[in-house]
Amino acid sequence: MEMPQPNPEILMRKNTVLARLRQVLPSDAIIHDEAETRAYECDALTAYKCPPMLAVLPSNTQEVSDVLRICHQEGVPVVPRGAGTSLAGGALPTADCVILGVARMNEVLETDYDNRFIRVQTGRTNLSVTGAVEAEDFFYAPDPSSQLACAIAGNIAMNSGGAHCLKYGVTTNNLLGVTMVMMDGSVVEFGGAFLDAGGLDLLGLICGSEGQLGVVTEATLRILRKPEGARPVLMGFSDNEVAGQCVSDIIKSGILPVAIEFMDRLCIEACENFAKAGYPECESLLIVEVEGSEAEIDSQLSKIMEIAKRHDPVELRQSQSEDESARIWLGRKSAFGAMGQINDYMCLDGTIPVSSLPYVLRRIGELSEEYGLDVGNVFHAGDGNMHPLILFDANKPGDLEKCEAFGAEILKLCVDAGGCLTGEHGVGIEKRDLMTHQYSPQDLEAQMQVKDVFDPSWLLNPAKVFPLSVSESRREAQIAAE
Amino acid sequence: MKPETEAELAEIVSRLKEPVRIVGGGTGGILEPDAELSTTGLSGITLYEPGALTLVAQAGTPVAQIEKQLAAEGQHLAFEPADYRELLSTTGEPTIGGVVAANVSGPRRIQSGACRDFLLGVRFVDGQGMVIKNGGRVMKNVTGYDLVKLMAGSWGTLGVLSEVSLKVLPKPETTATLSIQTNDLDLAIQAMSKALRSPFEVSGAAYDPEQGQVYLRIEGFSESVDYRSEKLRVELAEFGDISDNSNSEALWTEIRDANTFGGMEGDVWRISVKPSDAPQIVAKLAARKTLLDWGGGLIWALVPSGADIRARLDRFQGHATLVRANLDTFDSLGRFQSENAAISALTKGIRKKFDPRGIFNPGMMG
Repeated sequence: MEMPQPNPEILMRKNTVLARLRQVLPSDAIIHDEAETRAYECDALTAYKCPPMLAVLPSNTQEVSDVLRICHQEGVPVVPRGAGTSLAGGALPTADCVILGVARMNEVLETDYDNRFIRVQTGRTNLSVTGAVEAEDFFYAPDPSSQLACAIAGNIAMNSGGAHCLKYGVTTNNLLGVTMVMMDGSVVEFGGAFLDAGGLDLLGLICGSEGQLGVVTEATLRILRKPEGARPVLMGFSDNEVAGQCVSDIIKSGILPVAIEFMDRLCIEACENFAKAGYPECESLLIVEVEGSEAEIDSQLSKIMEIAKRHDPVELRQSQSEDESARIWLGRKSAFGAMGQINDYMCLDGTIPVSSLPYVLRRIGELSEEYGLDVGNVFHAGDGNMHPLILFDANKPGDLEKCEAFGAEILKLCVDAGGCLTGEHGVGIEKRDLMTHQYSPQDLEAQMQVKDVFDPSWLLNPAKVFPLSVSESRREAQIAAE
Repeated sequence: MKPETEAELAEIVSRLKEPVRIVGGGTGGILEPDAELSTTGLSGITLYEPGALTLVAQAGTPVAQIEKQLAAEGQHLAFEPADYRELLSTTGEPTIGGVVAANVSGPRRIQSGACRDFLLGVRFVDGQGMVIKNGGRVMKNVTGYDLVKLMAGSWGTLGVLSEVSLKVLPKPETTATLSIQTNDLDLAIQAMSKALRSPFEVSGAAYDPEQGQVYLRIEGFSESVDYRSEKLRVELAEFGDISDNSNSEALWTEIRDANTFGGMEGDVWRISVKPSDAPQIVAKLAARKTLLDWGGGLIWALVPSGADIRARLDRFQGHATLVRANLDTFDSLGRFQSENAAISALTKGIRKKFDPRGIFNPGMMG
């Protein structure tokens, strides 16, 4: 993946920038040694690495503001970083950038159960937001598989989803307000502990903008009361298409499960070895979860199982205990790690209309044979968000390139089927050059105009989201202006 | 002007010399400027997949037509688009484009989300006649910036919507409404908060001070509704007698449409606040009549014509929108609350990019 050449002018001024940053940050919040900046050279898309010029770890909004003001004045690009779990290279540095990590900003600022919100610093991890309200039986709904590690800052930047968003929505549906520092250092409040402020929905625009419009330091999040209980049911089928039809029938029946997850044979076996969840041996597996009281769960599951029976399942089994439910979910949420034990893999994230599921799965199978690379499929079936995992050998010359070409074909297939390139991981650098397949030049221009307004100098997280050739004139205008 | 295709719409916009008001069914009562660009020629459901919970429709499609088609499959628009004809004394047929442009959301906002939360994709024509699409027709999509949210609630000031795609949901099998009698607003808010803090999935929480009634809505399969209603009665016993309301559907339609203010003299405001702030806000309003929705987070208020509510509330946490008034009052107070300098600069910057000639609904949003 091509990245722009670092600006030698900026690299020459490293010591000047460092000296200015030292005036506003404690010394332990600045990383400048070449051996230590290496810790920030990549995120979870480990195929691409580039150590930044400097990294800073501010502790509050004021420090973030100081850092951005200085970088803005010095014309230095800034790459914001949450926990570095992006699968799309969203936090990949450029050699001439300052990495701004929010990891030290992890305080809970306010919890309000009567009004059902929590305000946190955005370095706080997703799961620890729920941890902060669990004693009152509340939770924060978006649940990306990386929730133990990933930060709210990254969740907001990528508009992260998770397994349970069929019912609860993704980050943008659970975000009430943010404190954001603009590239020039000014601090702006968007939204708050009330719903749907008038005026343009800038909060909705900021969520999912991949750290290119500003650095979000504090967030007001909607918290929900936990349901009385939840229970998954496992459904095994001998055919992917039949499983897809079953998903569609469940949704049409009027029942809205909180989650409908799909795995194919390769993933089922890998996850079973990893989590011992008791997954059946079959071609495709659905995990369908419903919530409520015991009686409500019984009644919903009986309706769902009635539908499943019409599709001749090879296995149909409700979880019998909380422990079993936990293992069923552990298996699903460990899918990426489990596949990683088989080989190197590339994880895709396209979304398709649920109705196209059988066709797209069949076509992925054909492509797998053409490319000679195995593919495992695991995805959020209720909302059509697919995660094909392409297995390859990073040590074998040419395999990564072949894998990337295969991945690109799958993503184009998703778009052509009426879907999109990315459902929850974001564009980052990974899908940047495919954007022209989904969007026309005018569509991309409209999006870039938004960045022009928020970050006219194009210094925030540059070289992401938009194809380099498309954003080139804007990025170069900035360099020329210096 | 009433284009019948998106291409024709783009052509018309690119040739516009004067500002226009963009009109769907005309039920919003927007009267300025004189020249009108109607979307009603762009009508029809383009795609409906019940098994994928998605519907795509042209912007001028009547909401009633969409609701009818959804009902045939046991589905609905869960954000409950309101019908403000009675409130605003307007006629015409509400369109889906109008609903999206104003981000109109009803009582279920607190549980299911707003119109913007159900909007999956848009196609629109910008101020220079360019056709732009964003989002799509799938539920999870983070490809590029979310201009879909930006367009929802932008009141036509960034572009003319030509097509929208929406997530739809199964329509609940049964609805029950519990009523609690109280004339104390503090108690009413506390009761609604307690209900919304429970795990029993309350999908509507409103208070009518005139009737002295708190209304709590529970929806779903009938045995589940019975169970949760019973649990809520126990949970809320401290607030006094709880009765069943037999007329759920009509009741929530009235709350959704705020039609109780229809034909009454005075201005109508819609104020979004933190629910626990509602009692002190209502006290400051000194309104002739109020209605609270969203567990207290939404206050409808009727005040004497021309009264400046924002001055009365003085820098409160929230947002006050003028919904119904005469033209002079709209001109002097503005429909929307003015924003701080930073947000105002961003808003103006975005509008300048999307509508550089300032031809769409000028004066509507700052």
